[in-house]
Amino acid sequence: MTSPLERKTKITGPMVVTANRLTDGAVIFRTADGRWTTQLGLAGVVNTAVAAHELLAAAVADDVRAVGAYLAPVELTPEGAVQPGNLRERIRVSGPTIELPAVPVSPGGARVSL
Amino acid sequence: MYLYDEFDRILVAERVAEFRDQVRRRLSGELTEDEFKSLRLMNGVYLQLHAYMLRIAIPYGTLSSDQMRTLAHVARRYDRNYGHFTTRQNLQFNWIRLADLPDAMSDLARAGLHGMQTSGNCVRNITTDQWAGVAPDETEDPRVWAELLRQHSTLHPEFSFLPRKFKIAVTAASHDRAAVKIHDIGLRLYTNELGESGFEVSVGGGLGRTPFLGKIINPFLQKRDLLSYVEAILRVYNQYGRRDNIYKARIKILVHDLGAAAFAKEVEDEWRAIRDGTLALDPAAIAAVVARFRRPHYQQLADDPPELVAALESERRFKSWYLNAVARHKWAGYAIVTLSLKPEGGPPGDATAEQMDAIADLADRYSHSEIRVGHEQNLVLPHVRQTDLPRLWRALDEIGVATPNIGLISDIIACPGLDYCSLANARAIPVAQELSRRFRDLSHAGGLGRLHINISGCINACGHHHVGHIGILGVEKNGEEFYQVTIGGRADEQAELGTLLGPAVPATKITDFVEDIVDAYLELRERPDELFIDTVKRVGVEPFKERVYAVH
Repeated sequence: MTSPLERKTKITGPMVVTANRLTDGAVIFRTADGRWTTQLGLAGVVNTAVAAHELLAAAVADDVRAVGAYLAPVELTPEGAVQPGNLRERIRVSGPTIELPAVPVSPGGARVSL
Repeated sequence: MYLYDEFDRILVAERVAEFRDQVRRRLSGELTEDEFKSLRLMNGVYLQLHAYMLRIAIPYGTLSSDQMRTLAHVARRYDRNYGHFTTRQNLQFNWIRLADLPDAMSDLARAGLHGMQTSGNCVRNITTDQWAGVAPDETEDPRVWAELLRQHSTLHPEFSFLPRKFKIAVTAASHDRAAVKIHDIGLRLYTNELGESGFEVSVGGGLGRTPFLGKIINPFLQKRDLLSYVEAILRVYNQYGRRDNIYKARIKILVHDLGAAAFAKEVEDEWRAIRDGTLALDPAAIAAVVARFRRPHYQQLADDPPELVAALESERRFKSWYLNAVARHKWAGYAIVTLSLKPEGGPPGDATAEQMDAIADLADRYSHSEIRVGHEQNLVLPHVRQTDLPRLWRALDEIGVATPNIGLISDIIACPGLDYCSLANARAIPVAQELSRRFRDLSHAGGLGRLHINISGCINACGHHHVGHIGILGVEKNGEEFYQVTIGGRADEQAELGTLLGPAVPATKITDFVEDIVDAYLELRERPDELFIDTVKRVGVEPFKERVYAVH
């Protein structure tokens, strides 16, 4: 019998939990041991609804470090590397697909780091 | 330029202090995101795909050179050295850190800039004609009325929590450059047959998921009644607008559901009770606002001075730019100059900090320190002496804002799309870039005449695709980007919503598809000066459909 959790959290393949970092909005991922990382490769990958729900619930509870946590699809390469599962997530991981103006070092101001 | 008074300065400074404390409490965990979100949105702070975005209001699209320098400073100090001018005459920074926002806002406040009324369910930044005050075809400067509405609506307690956002645009010209028909309230100032000046009021215009053109509910509103009548509209909307369904919450749905006549009656009933109260504008109140607009002291000059004529005869590139980007001014010997933020292959509406600084310097030298932002995502220097045009052109050319493509096919309006926006389904900027490269031949583009392409990355329609002569809407199908195309839309005084041409085309084919539409136009037009939009009106969409889908 399907558990209530599985009924609420439908997943169709491997997923990770992602969010934006509170301090600067950078894209971050939830690790299996409850930390956040900017490296998709270090994200905890879940394959069942129960595991996904648990990972997401813990991430949502961490409201001080992360904003707007949600489940995002990923693809696993034959070598086991984790890749974004759709265009939106690819852009979130890699940044805009267009060329941006060069980042200068402002006199009197810090270089913007993201 | 409108000069803020002490009240405005205190209000903005207090808002910065308040937001600084809110950010501190959020970073410490004292405020949850649910509690903080509405507070940041009230200051124009969004969270997008990669970072926080700060949207800064540019009331009625008018900027001083000092304000432009401040925007350049914020871009350089707190962001990634560039900003994006939007279809609502605002500016967005895409990479700002939450902890830096209070300092950035404090720097902006010193120049009278802020993010109020750029987000949330309030009356948004009032927009108008970017040629206001200088256009030969206007009856008077509409910014006076936009400013009165700004003062009335800023932090208005009754209208800070409307069912949805609320956009007002004003024009006073015969040619509508402010797209008033696609606004929640569109105001057209004109002179009637009795020689009186007043407003034609339309309501319920808007794009997005359910596009409508505004319906006229008052053909002639006396100027003294502007604030009370707008207040009456907002009250009716606030009372009856739907709050149960975000997709049906805009006033356009209410006007559509009730019918324009019934809506107008509700407004009249509400208005009757308040029209002669404190909101009735007496001449002194209007004069006080007029007096705070600093206007240039124009010299007595003649049109077409010898220096200009000589440059037009000797310099081909200058002439090409002049014919495209320079417009007649209401004052003899002066010109209105549009700066293209649509270079070949560039993101529409973006300007670097260096460009902003250079434009500010040029505004000081050549345009009485004033700059305008248009909803087409270009900039304007509104007070240029015609004798200065050759020198100004060389300077603009050096900084890359003199592409002579204003109003042409490569002058594309585009939202940030999926490259930045958390709501988008598809990218808009790369499509614009590819189209501008495809139509890089400006003599070909010039031969096509006025042709507006508008691109939106989702149904929210920030790129105003419904009113593009060619409108492109990005959609997502099974994880792939597709684009729906409409033709025949326009946002001016003959506003129309475009008609869908047919099934969406994949991203790989959209540039060819648009080129095929253009080829169909060249085949269908009756004569070289029949504009694309006029050809579509004359023949309808079917002949276009037959031609472009035959090859796709």
